[in-house]
Amino acid sequence: MGEWDLPLIWAGIIGIAVALYVILDGFDLGVGILFPFSRDEKERDQMIGSIAPFWDGNETWLVLGGVGLWVAFPPAYAAIMSALYLPVIVMLLALVFRGVAFEFRTVAETSKRYWNFAFAAGSALAAICQGVILGALIQGINVKDGGFAGSAFDWATPFALMCGLGVLAGYALLGATWLVMKTDGEVATRAKRHAKMLVLAVLGFMALVSLWTPLAFERIATRWFSTPNIYYLWPVPLLTAATAFALWRWLETGREIPPFIAAIVLFLLGYAGLVISVFPYLVPPSLTIWDTAASAASQRFMLIGTLPLLPIILGYVVFVYWIFRGKVRHGEGYHH
Amino acid sequence: MELDPILIARLQFAFTITFHIIFPAFTIGLSAYIATLLVMWVGTGQDRYQRLARFWTRIFAVSFAMGVVSGIVLSYQFGTNWSRFSVFAGNIVGPLIGYEVLTAFFLEATFLGIMLFGWGRVPRWLQVLSSIMVAIGTIISAFWVLAANSWMHTPTGHEIVDGVAMPLDWWAIVFNPSFPYRLAHMLNASFLTAGFVVLAVGARYWLSDRHPEQARIMIKMAVVLLAILAPLQLLIGDQHGLNTLKHQPIKIAAIEAHWDSDKPVDFHIFAWPNEAAQTNDWALSIPNAGSLVLTHKLNGLIIGLKDVAPQNRPPIKTVFFAFRIMLAIGFFMIAAALIGAWLLWRGMLLDTRWYLRIVSHSWWTGFVAVVAGWVTTESGRQPWVVQGMLRTADATSPNAASMVLSTLILFVIVYAIVFAMGIYYINRLIERGPQGRAVEPPEQGSGRRPLSSAHDAGREALARGS
Repeated sequence: MGEWDLPLIWAGIIGIAVALYVILDGFDLGVGILFPFSRDEKERDQMIGSIAPFWDGNETWLVLGGVGLWVAFPPAYAAIMSALYLPVIVMLLALVFRGVAFEFRTVAETSKRYWNFAFAAGSALAAICQGVILGALIQGINVKDGGFAGSAFDWATPFALMCGLGVLAGYALLGATWLVMKTDGEVATRAKRHAKMLVLAVLGFMALVSLWTPLAFERIATRWFSTPNIYYLWPVPLLTAATAFALWRWLETGREIPPFIAAIVLFLLGYAGLVISVFPYLVPPSLTIWDTAASAASQRFMLIGTLPLLPIILGYVVFVYWIFRGKVRHGEGYHH
Repeated sequence: MELDPILIARLQFAFTITFHIIFPAFTIGLSAYIATLLVMWVGTGQDRYQRLARFWTRIFAVSFAMGVVSGIVLSYQFGTNWSRFSVFAGNIVGPLIGYEVLTAFFLEATFLGIMLFGWGRVPRWLQVLSSIMVAIGTIISAFWVLAANSWMHTPTGHEIVDGVAMPLDWWAIVFNPSFPYRLAHMLNASFLTAGFVVLAVGARYWLSDRHPEQARIMIKMAVVLLAILAPLQLLIGDQHGLNTLKHQPIKIAAIEAHWDSDKPVDFHIFAWPNEAAQTNDWALSIPNAGSLVLTHKLNGLIIGLKDVAPQNRPPIKTVFFAFRIMLAIGFFMIAAALIGAWLLWRGMLLDTRWYLRIVSHSWWTGFVAVVAGWVTTESGRQPWVVQGMLRTADATSPNAASMVLSTLILFVIVYAIVFAMGIYYINRLIERGPQGRAVEPPEQGSGRRPLSSAHDAGREALARGS
């Protein structure tokens, strides 16, 4: 295998891990974001029950993304984590709160409402931080001699904050369509109403990012609007609009599974758009995947295991979602 | 006062990793215990094993959740706080942690979902298999983490190119000289930790006349297991010590507060090392006992601290006292386990209330010993983060001290809340006891249709259980 290909393969693997993370943890964070709209403990148990067997596995993709970045691109990992120090650590702490809330609220009695709050607030804060991290990466990191050379609050821009809110809305949409699919009764009905509003919000944020990035960042404008790129790329926004429309229609006609699929497709299209905007940079605007690749020996050692293990892991995912298929009814809770 | 960014980064890492290790130290052993109970349930058909397993599963769920979330923090902290370490060792340590994620984390997460929520939904064999898979997952996880950690103590199989460690021989990297000892020592420590918790809970129930049937199982199983593992730990620890003497002699010198290379080693039961004067202010010692243990000769010589310059020595007091805390607890554990075994053999175990009262208060011993052991080995490696190659001071990220301090404060606040509540809730689960639900009936008529085979198996389990 040519050494030139290894970084590309690794970028692909990490890209897949991040996409899977965003979709999978996205919907369970989304359920947390929608948590405050629930009326009573039974509804909350039903909402949490729909994600309880999955959340730990979903969050493991975040670990794989982070560790994968470290394994395959150590200098990029070092630069990104140093540059985005605060949003990363706040995100982790938010995930700590919401992660323990799953278990704590089942044991808690009088303090249950605090853990309900921790679950909702932790989910929302983690989503916003992830959006800020994404925005900060798109806008670029100040790198000198291969290491981070900016200051601690470089990431704090209106654009990054806007991305934070966009991801919040996006995860909420994934969560709402998940609840439409996996629950019944009042929770599902409310989720359907939320999903409709959230589709509009997400479309709005996607439009905003699509306008903002080429205007603010020359390199992104060139990527999209120069010939011949534009001939290949024009279907991306069109497909996005069509998917959003289909999602809306399916919600209107009372379909339960297709809206969730459409929300996933919407995410993947947005993700593809971002990849098109920044590739081949891992730390825009200066470090590419080839600049930051780990030693070929390390990338190869890791690849030998990853190629057979990834399909097995995907098998686990399919298996656990299949075991816990079907709806969680009102009054069915979270117990073990 | 000028803040030292390296000190704060170290404090932060010490705090987050100490908090984290408490949970794996418990859950590795506990998951094996739960799997054993479920296998016994299937083997004997006795429902009490299943009830006990489900009781411990609830406690496992709370502990495991805390271990997971604090572990995710660590996987990112290498980058946020130790970016120069991440670059220097990324080619070696990175893949080892990567394999941990791929081979252990997904396995654990998947089967944990079934272990916790599969009751009444999946066939019995799958329920038992899931608990076994989770137990195996925790051990695989320990394998990779300890391989990575051991490489930082006894690095082999690499070369340095342009100031970065590059892999040459992966077998030598994974199976580096201290790895087998460290792995055995830690796994055994984890079984001991869980064993003492189970023993304490069983004794607590027995003494207050609650859940006697389950208490009897817990006490007897724990005592038998501990009587084997506690003395074994002394043996493993001794071998680990000899291995450390060979590869990290200065760490041993710090453990023994041994200053002069030309003197035989006394074993200081207690001493007050004085780093400025390069001697011990006072010491209560067994003459030549250190030589005997370390070299198996009464006058055997080992390297003393004065052999290296002061800036290459670890913090001696920390290493010296942490080791003694671990050792004292270790001897307590051996005594408790052997006395328990003797009482069991004489058929007096459940009637010896003074013994049960002592062990009912000893649930914490394993946790403290594990933390003390890790403090010994990690502080003993200082000033290096990768032995002989990268100094801790050269491994940090270029973050401002104030920034690291603010996140340290955040970590302390968040972890204090999570930890206090976690302990409180675990205690509440223990108070509630194992007499909760037996097998739940499959939820018929609801949309969560069990698999048809699961359905039958569930009914069969019900029929047998009742």
